[in-house]
Amino acid sequence: MKEILSGNEAIARGAFEAGVKVASAYPGTPSTEILETIVNYKEIDASWASNEKVAVEVAIGASFGGGRAIACMKHVGVNVAADPLFTLSYTGVGGGFVLVVADDPEMHSSQNEQDSRNYAKFAKVPMLEPSDSQECKEFTRIAFELSEQFDTPVMLRSCTRISHGKSIVELAEPVAGLPTPKLVKNPSKLVMLPGNAKIRHPFVEERLVKLAEYGATATLNRIEMRDTEIGIITAGVSYQYVREVLPTASVLKLGMVHPLPMALIKEFAAKVKKLYVVEELDPFIEEQVKAAGIAVIGKEIISRCGELTPGRLRKAFNLPDASQTTVEKLPGRPPNMCPGCPHRGVFYSLSQLKAYVTGDIGCYTLGFMPPLNAMDTCVCMGASISSASGMVRVLSPEEKKKVVAVIGDSTFLHTGINSLMEMAYNQSPATVVLLDNRITAMTGRQDNPASGWTLSGGETNAVDLVQLCKAVGIRHVRVVDPLNLEETRAALNEEMERPEPSVIITNRPCVLVKREGVFKKGLLLSIDQDHCTGCKACLKIGCPAIEWQPAPDGKKGKAYIDPLLCNGCDVCRQLCKFNAIGSAK
Amino acid sequence: MSDTITNILLVGVGGQGILLASEVLSETFMQAGYDVKKSEIHGMSQRGGSVVSHVRYGREVHSPIIPEGEGDILFGFEILETYRSLPLMKNGGTVIANDLRIPPPSVLLGQETYPDDLPGKIAAMFPDSLLVDGQKLAAEAGNVRAANTVLLGAVSKRLDIPDECWIKALEKMIPPKALKVNHVAFQLGRSL
Ligand code: SF4
Ligand code: SF4
Repeated sequence: MKEILSGNEAIARGAFEAGVKVASAYPGTPSTEILETIVNYKEIDASWASNEKVAVEVAIGASFGGGRAIACMKHVGVNVAADPLFTLSYTGVGGGFVLVVADDPEMHSSQNEQDSRNYAKFAKVPMLEPSDSQECKEFTRIAFELSEQFDTPVMLRSCTRISHGKSIVELAEPVAGLPTPKLVKNPSKLVMLPGNAKIRHPFVEERLVKLAEYGATATLNRIEMRDTEIGIITAGVSYQYVREVLPTASVLKLGMVHPLPMALIKEFAAKVKKLYVVEELDPFIEEQVKAAGIAVIGKEIISRCGELTPGRLRKAFNLPDASQTTVEKLPGRPPNMCPGCPHRGVFYSLSQLKAYVTGDIGCYTLGFMPPLNAMDTCVCMGASISSASGMVRVLSPEEKKKVVAVIGDSTFLHTGINSLMEMAYNQSPATVVLLDNRITAMTGRQDNPASGWTLSGGETNAVDLVQLCKAVGIRHVRVVDPLNLEETRAALNEEMERPEPSVIITNRPCVLVKREGVFKKGLLLSIDQDHCTGCKACLKIGCPAIEWQPAPDGKKGKAYIDPLLCNGCDVCRQLCKFNAIGSAK
Repeated sequence: MSDTITNILLVGVGGQGILLASEVLSETFMQAGYDVKKSEIHGMSQRGGSVVSHVRYGREVHSPIIPEGEGDILFGFEILETYRSLPLMKNGGTVIANDLRIPPPSVLLGQETYPDDLPGKIAAMFPDSLLVDGQKLAAEAGNVRAANTVLLGAVSKRLDIPDECWIKALEKMIPPKALKVNHVAFQLGRSL
């Protein structure tokens, strides 16, 4: 049967067909939908982990127990998961182990655009790279086979265009006859003390040699001979752009990008007059080909930054541009926090108090945008609290008071909790605002250990954030209603003055939480046009429901609330000194 | 089947149902026996940002994104976003768009103005354009939220795909209780 699947859905299907027993992930665009699809296969135990390191370790346990296991994440997640990954490379696996990583060239929704192929090389594990959804499915199955055959974790790399692109996939039945999981004691292989690890390292090196030999004959890598003037080595989505823009060129399409099948590359190089490598981001293939003494052109013509597109490839090869229409500069349309978002009032209060805000990764990172302009740093998940903690150590007593860390519930449980322990342990006098909106909002509303629900929709334990903060040693923990500006501002003011670490937890859910009874819409507000003086105070919170309407006759304009967008959070009403905002009739 | 690939761009604002419309298109083309690829960026774009979805079909499709300047049909859900995407189109392409205005943040704040007379500019640059009041037509069909299906109907008329493929795809992708209104909306679009 044929279906149109996204790369993520196809990877999930591949996991199902490969007989995977356990799947674990932390949500991260563009990888999130893999687990959201896997959970529909009842045969697989799928769950959200609190972070990527934990996800990998859950999958490691399942693999050591003899079941096939998969862990999924976005590129920056591998930074968090790198610790277990590198040692898993030494221990090898029980049941097959696959780590799916989705890179985000062009940073459509990421803080950097690292190239995960470097991790495969660094951790000395094989990496497969599919070019469309059909290959996503196929390669996932092959990855499990390779994992067991070569006793290694296998990485499967996708990118935004593969993960979120859709194409036709031929479905198949799941494999039969996999061994039943059971406990196997093998400490010399699975306990990585120096004595045991020293024995495993040469195994890892030999494994890479064997994998490269395998790659030279595997169907994963194939030579497509056409015109011999130009030969192109490529992989992943870049292969598709090459076929689109240079349909007559000969191509070496790599399905395994690490280790490289150097024998095959040499064979291909000998057949063509001029050799190129077309790859996004780093010169990963190119450098190794050059190091092998083969002349090749790559980053001389293709940027190391950003995504490749057919147009950029055309330019690189000096092909004529398609005729193009031009338009004048237009107002941009960046993302914005939703109407009624519980974070808006907090950021407004922080900017009123002139706080120096160390931020984190989530919807609230949008608090950096105008008109709120209320975020001063943002590095990676969990960094808000720890960098605030470090920052106060270098500042004057007056400036110390201004430092406030903001972090969401999911991010807090991801790595923020470690940072808070540090802050409590070393008694750094900064204020932390824990924006608890009951959900992992940025990636599309996934549950987390504080939400009270599992990935499969079952009710479960919810972390008590107040008790948790107290348990790590924060003495001053308070809960505020972020939609009440006065209460929020007073709490912030007080805690910022306090020469001790403190945590303020907000108690309103994300407006997008669909689960019944969690988010409650307030009364729809409207602006009384007779009372509106055009002072623009309500515009300072940047709610998408409030629009400035200039007066046609040169008089002062007025604000207007779009009744289709307002969620009734009541924050704008608290800003209007003229009582022009009230419940809509 | 010829070797030509047809490129359809769907553009608008996060939350407008662009992804669903592009799924219906892809499903239709697969039903008609073509190779199909589709690509879009979602993530942050859901929160009121610009959304662009690419759908391509033909005998064999390689790139999941439309090469710059090769768009055949621009299916616009909002007029500023439609105008913004014109450079992706090939000269002489077809524009079918909802004449709907959703102001971006800088306009809401009164810092920039929403450009004037976009429908006129679009029609001048792309004579083969159809701008419709989707909301009004959807209301005629029975539900203001079916505007996308009206437009989809209008797009369908410009493509050489058998009717039953469209119907099958709509039936597969649209929840049963909304199907009736959507059928009416789709036919209404086809008559434009
Ligand atoms: S998704 Fe939720 S948290 Fe994110 S901006 Fe919207 S309301 Fe706020
Ligand atoms: S009450 Fe005001 S701030 Fe809140 S959603 Fe409505 S218009 Fe926006």
